[in-house]
Amino acid sequence: MKTLLEIEGVSKIFGSVIANEDISLSIKEGEILALLGENGAGKSTLVKAVFGLVKPDSGSIKIDGEVMESGDTAAAIAQGVGMVHQHFQLVPVMSVTENLILGDEPKKFGVVSMKRARSEVLKLSKHFSLEVNPDAKIEDLPVGMAQRVEILKALRREVKLLILDEPTAVLTPQETDELLEVLRKLAKRGVGILFITHKLREVMAVADRIAVLRGGRLVGTTTPKDSDESKLAQMMVGRDVVLSVAKSPAKPEQVLLAVKNLRVNDDRKIEAVKDLSLEVRSGEILGVAGVEGNGQRELVEAICSMRSRLSGEVFVKGKSVPNMNPRAAHLSGVSHIPEDREKHGLVNSYSIADNLVLNRFNEVPFSRGWIRDLEKVAQNGSELVDRFDIRATSASVSAASLSGGNKQKVVVARELSQQLDVVVASQPTRGVDVGSIEFIHKQLIAARDSGSAVLLVSAELDEILSLADRIAVISDGKIVATFSSAEADRNTIGRLMAGLSA
Amino acid sequence: MKLRSIHYLPLAFVVTFAYFYRQDGLVATSVLYTAIQFALPLALAAMVGIMCERTGIVNIGIEGTMLISAFTAFFAGAILQNTGRGMIVGVLTGVIMGLLLAVMAITWKMDQIIAGVILNILAAGVTSFYYRQNYSIPSTLDPIDLPVVGAWPILGPVLSFHGPITYFGVLIVFTLWFALYKTSWGLRSRAVGEHPSSADTAGVSVTRLRYLNVTIAGAVGGLAGSYLALEAVGIFERGFTAGKGFTALAIMIFGRWNPLGAFAAALFFGLTQALTNQLMIAEVVEIPFQFVTMLPYILTILILAISAGKVRPPAAEGIPYEKEKS
Repeated sequence: MKTLLEIEGVSKIFGSVIANEDISLSIKEGEILALLGENGAGKSTLVKAVFGLVKPDSGSIKIDGEVMESGDTAAAIAQGVGMVHQHFQLVPVMSVTENLILGDEPKKFGVVSMKRARSEVLKLSKHFSLEVNPDAKIEDLPVGMAQRVEILKALRREVKLLILDEPTAVLTPQETDELLEVLRKLAKRGVGILFITHKLREVMAVADRIAVLRGGRLVGTTTPKDSDESKLAQMMVGRDVVLSVAKSPAKPEQVLLAVKNLRVNDDRKIEAVKDLSLEVRSGEILGVAGVEGNGQRELVEAICSMRSRLSGEVFVKGKSVPNMNPRAAHLSGVSHIPEDREKHGLVNSYSIADNLVLNRFNEVPFSRGWIRDLEKVAQNGSELVDRFDIRATSASVSAASLSGGNKQKVVVARELSQQLDVVVASQPTRGVDVGSIEFIHKQLIAARDSGSAVLLVSAELDEILSLADRIAVISDGKIVATFSSAEADRNTIGRLMAGLSA
Repeated sequence: MKLRSIHYLPLAFVVTFAYFYRQDGLVATSVLYTAIQFALPLALAAMVGIMCERTGIVNIGIEGTMLISAFTAFFAGAILQNTGRGMIVGVLTGVIMGLLLAVMAITWKMDQIIAGVILNILAAGVTSFYYRQNYSIPSTLDPIDLPVVGAWPILGPVLSFHGPITYFGVLIVFTLWFALYKTSWGLRSRAVGEHPSSADTAGVSVTRLRYLNVTIAGAVGGLAGSYLALEAVGIFERGFTAGKGFTALAIMIFGRWNPLGAFAAALFFGLTQALTNQLMIAEVVEIPFQFVTMLPYILTILILAISAGKVRPPAAEGIPYEKEKS
């Protein structure tokens, strides 16, 4: 087999951060290489260098034996590199066809020929047996389908090397399996595939070879045969990682959080939570599993009083939480680890210490009357930075300077350092590295063991399966089934998540 | 397509016009003729807005662009004693204003509202500081008597005998519509205005396309200014554009960022203005002229209030494009 991609001694430095250091890798035709690594290990930088989005400081990248012009996307495309981005590079208001031809439109006398474009798309989708509706608008498509368009977009340019940046992050288990099947098919046709992920299960399932990055360096390459999940995790983190979370059986007591007949609209004023009821008891974790966009966000925001409820009520310890008053929700005992930490969890320009008291800056001891007690704030800051293992030079630096995992630890530290009755954690480990995930999971279990009722909402089924004592599956704004952790079964839950019957 | 009340408007218009035409043919056609004259600068200015916003650049400096172009067009025309050359200077001034906005908004990634305000203040300052009295251009641009069309009954006197910028302006409207929806330039421009990174990863240079569009838009804005000074009125006064550049933004929104829609909206604006003028001249209704001059502004507010929340602007509007880092 011919060597498709040769990366030789590539280094890239951003300011004082070494993103890539002397990395050498190669991919052969028809080979699937999985690139593993924690957040900030340099995976994205490396593939962006291959795709010409980032210009390496030194080293060379050869495609098909030809040296690539560095830092030039158009040249990379011309040399047969295609990339499926983590955030889809699709125009939501345009049709599938328009998206596929963008940048290289079939023309007739300078006018775009939509007829030819459409038939080209149909031919392409048939050729690779990836079915799409050429006239559908991207914004109306489910995520898995939009990703298919993204892959077709790359394939249309006759790719030799296809790069996928965390392609499964947004997919259901079934969609993930379909994607892995597609990747195998493409590899059979001789396409080289470079596949970034941090889900070990997928790596084991599909990769021919696995390269592991840590701290910008290549720590080693291996194959699924010569390795297993815990070994890979150890390579990624540099130490032993406990993948399964150790926890004692739950001892549920009185109901702390009760949601009754809740109905909530989403941003488009369409009903997203439909007459939903649930209960979480003291000392248990209720995991809400579901494909994103099935009402989870609206549910969480309604519980935390950040979004108006159409009807229904939320009770904490039997007391009703007022509508649209996040402060009152907090005071009645709800702590909230929000899904989008950048938008709802942190103020990037504030110091870590200030971020750690965002929800009680005006309470004793952090303020006396109208005057803040900055000393107490700083003291609390450095104490929590130690206790929650936040990797920062000090608590007085701005939150913006932290990595994703450490930002999340700041949010977790703020929300869990106070003993509150209810913990609502929404995607608590999204975009967080393996080491921090382990830590955050432990903290959630500690909160449970100290008597809080924990509502865990996550799109990662593995996270729900390993943490939750009870699992509720949400689909189309309704809880379609509830399982105890003992009777939970991956496939059944996956089918329910996809809106099928068990 | 669903038939909404707005689709009855043309019908209502034709019926009303027929009624007035029976009353007094000459007045009826002259109202329509004036409507086109009022509508044209608004339509052109709305095209400026569409070209910019469709690629994601908010341009609230249209007013300033028109004002300063009208100024340079008029004084160049007066000094050179050549109206045609004045127009060329006016268009070039628009190009410079477009480039200025492009540099501020695209290269310097400035807040685009502030960039637009800068253009407006700059234009207001320059045009009043350097304003001189006792200048005049040799003549306004000569109207063109359209062959064939000019001889048509009813429509002939409405459509014929406008100045060259008017006809060229209408051409611009239709060309822009065609280009926006039928050419790869249009597809790419719209993609850049909606989701620039997807255009970028498809090998389309966001920066280059935005520069190009904002600059061409500047030229169109220059043409709109020249129209006011050289074709419609033939003079220049301080604050000459009287908010037309802002009204145009409302027209753009009312037309849903579609050149034809905006053109229709501009004609509607022009018609209301021409009609009120006529009513006042004929002393049919007695309202103080101040209220009449208020009309375009009140309409603007009304239209924005009605269409607010219902329209969907280009998604990337006003956001400077940065290639993802790290």
